[in-house]
Amino acid sequence: MAGAEARSAPAAVSAREWGWRHAGRRAPAVHGLDLDIGPGERVLLLGASGAGKSTLLHGIAGVLGGEEDGESLGRLLVDGRPPSAARGRSGLVLQDPDAQVVMARVGDDVAFGLENLGVPRGEIWPRVAQALASVGLDLPIEHSTAELSGGQRQRLALAGVLAMRPGLILLDEPTANLDPEGVRDVRDAVARVAEETGATLIVIEHRVSVWLPIVDRVIAIDAGGGLLADGPPGEVLAARRSELRAGGVWLPDDVPWRASAPPTATSALLTGAALSVGRVAGEPVREGIELEVDSGRILAVTGPNGVGKSTLALTMSGLLKPLGGRLAASDALASGLRDEPWRWRSRELLARIGTVFQSPEHQFLTGSVRAELEVGPRALKLSEQSRRARVDELLDVLRLAHLAAANPFTLSGGEKRRLSVATAIATRPRLLVLDEPTFGQDATTWRELAKLLVGLRDDGVGIVAVTHDDAFVEAIADRRLVLGREVTASAARAGRTDA
Amino acid sequence: MSIASVRPGLPLARVNPVAKVAATVPLSIVLILTLDIVSATVAIVCEIVLFTLVGLGGLLWSPRTLPVWIAAPLTGISMVLYGAPSGATLWDFGVIHVTEGSVQIGVATTVRVIAIALPAVVLFLTIDPTDLADGLAQTLKLPSRFVLGALAALRLVGSAVDDWRILNLARRARGVGDSGVIRRSLGQAFSLLVLAIRRGGTLATAMEARGFGADVDRTYARAAHFGWTEWTIIGVGCLVAAASATVAILVGSWNVIWS
Repeated sequence: MAGAEARSAPAAVSAREWGWRHAGRRAPAVHGLDLDIGPGERVLLLGASGAGKSTLLHGIAGVLGGEEDGESLGRLLVDGRPPSAARGRSGLVLQDPDAQVVMARVGDDVAFGLENLGVPRGEIWPRVAQALASVGLDLPIEHSTAELSGGQRQRLALAGVLAMRPGLILLDEPTANLDPEGVRDVRDAVARVAEETGATLIVIEHRVSVWLPIVDRVIAIDAGGGLLADGPPGEVLAARRSELRAGGVWLPDDVPWRASAPPTATSALLTGAALSVGRVAGEPVREGIELEVDSGRILAVTGPNGVGKSTLALTMSGLLKPLGGRLAASDALASGLRDEPWRWRSRELLARIGTVFQSPEHQFLTGSVRAELEVGPRALKLSEQSRRARVDELLDVLRLAHLAAANPFTLSGGEKRRLSVATAIATRPRLLVLDEPTFGQDATTWRELAKLLVGLRDDGVGIVAVTHDDAFVEAIADRRLVLGREVTASAARAGRTDA
Repeated sequence: MSIASVRPGLPLARVNPVAKVAATVPLSIVLILTLDIVSATVAIVCEIVLFTLVGLGGLLWSPRTLPVWIAAPLTGISMVLYGAPSGATLWDFGVIHVTEGSVQIGVATTVRVIAIALPAVVLFLTIDPTDLADGLAQTLKLPSRFVLGALAALRLVGSAVDDWRILNLARRARGVGDSGVIRRSLGQAFSLLVLAIRRGGTLATAMEARGFGADVDRTYARAAHFGWTEWTIIGVGCLVAAASATVAILVGSWNVIWS
């Protein structure tokens, strides 16, 4: 193994006719890729959902696995060596901040990579401290990793990679799960480190504007194989605008679609007064919420990570009992039941309130897309015929028909999101509550979801969307509820910064 | 939600976990060898005195040791009801024969279970999973791949608890939350398994991306020391074992199970 000095020199990447086919799939995820990235270049990697951006990044990081995981085509080299042999030369940060915390304490987690590289103990702790400082994570090394917010976890993952002093920093949508403040923090931390170490940087992100200030090259992968565009950011974005947009790339200062004015007819569905919400009795994460949800309107609930937005959404859905205050359904929503949604039976919720969870995987129950869509209508005891009609219509509208027999877990991120929305509207609820419906989606999926939600709104459905997405709030939502940063007494006691 | 780290605060928390586990072994061997009331009672008295002296009295009487106090009499009662009959019959009902002999075995079993489980539970509550992994890998030289893999898996238990709660809500939202507890739990357990496998896969990738499993001699950021404190604790464990055996032999109640 080379010493620490050699490891920190910027790395070069070269691909010749490179491709990868996941085991069990007929079509390769990526193929026919030719590219050279020089030491110290900072590259923004673009491409439509499913074009194989992540596969390329995992390939460069050397973590795609062996022959049982898939088949490699052509040649991919990091510093002239196969990536798996060059492990430690590159550091990869994944999209999901939860999934990459390895150890229970902050310091131990950053030290983990250094231990694996065989760095002597005396050298480890100074490097840990330095890495934590460079990402701006100002916490004691004994701090529990379970108590970090999403933004803090993502910075921790970054610190864990930076401490290894890789010559190549690989970031796979590192800011997709973060609030706007967290996005800037992580972006700035990356910029600072790239400046200090001169390391080569490759970052995947749908939203170009975030990373544009710090990259010097844009590469767009073509979903049909090979490259769509490659060059200096300004040039590529100007010359290939329409192709990039068609490929789902989120161009700077571009909103994919804007909603028309809402219908004039509207009535209250749900009213909250002095509402306290929390997942555990006696420990409200948020108190004193005043809100009104109306039919034919889209309400955006915004605020930084950890202020209790998701908990509020679950309470409005009738899934959690309010911990205090009052949440009352109007007659139009309750239609014959008592006015407290948490008292309703599971089946009674179906035609009244639909819920789309933050992670679609949590709500999938069956082995195929069609069966998944039938769950709700079946619980409502609809006839075979009307069930089939509803499901076929949804498959069609959401462009999922060709996937009707596929397992929901094998869909792409955008497809999973569309399916989770479809399952919630299959029972025609009067109120639809969505948690982060647009996060991590490319511009194409974003536009489809926006059109779908606005269509429901125009039919008189009331919609609540918890979101960090400024474009969604600006172009789609009719009203906005902001939850601020002030912390309730019990949340401060528990020392949690994440909800 | 996570597996709490316990290192700060508790007495003995900084002691190498390997020593704590090792210290309980001699007594366990002695108490497995003999089935008598005296040896186990002596051991329990020693344990209570020792734990109180080192400041673990609070933990000893906390609700966290409650399972021991509940489980031990239960095993004892089953021995009273179904143990090999001997001596005068006290009560007879179908397959149940309560005899003088079976009552004796029942009481002996109860104190034996307490004497073995109590130190195990109390000492384990002072063990931080990270320290245990360090001890297993550095002191006992177990393969780091195995030890760290297990440690990472343990961290996922915390996410599984969160997943379970969300799955519960999701089923209610999907209109299938009204069915019976057993049926619902079965389906939910399957969903949890699917999620756990996916999380495990991602975590494995994240670990690999940080050089885990690379062909390098791994170093350890935290030193697992093994000094006089550790040897003292093992010594104390041996003394307790010796004391309970000696007292039992002296009063003549030593009763090796195969004799």
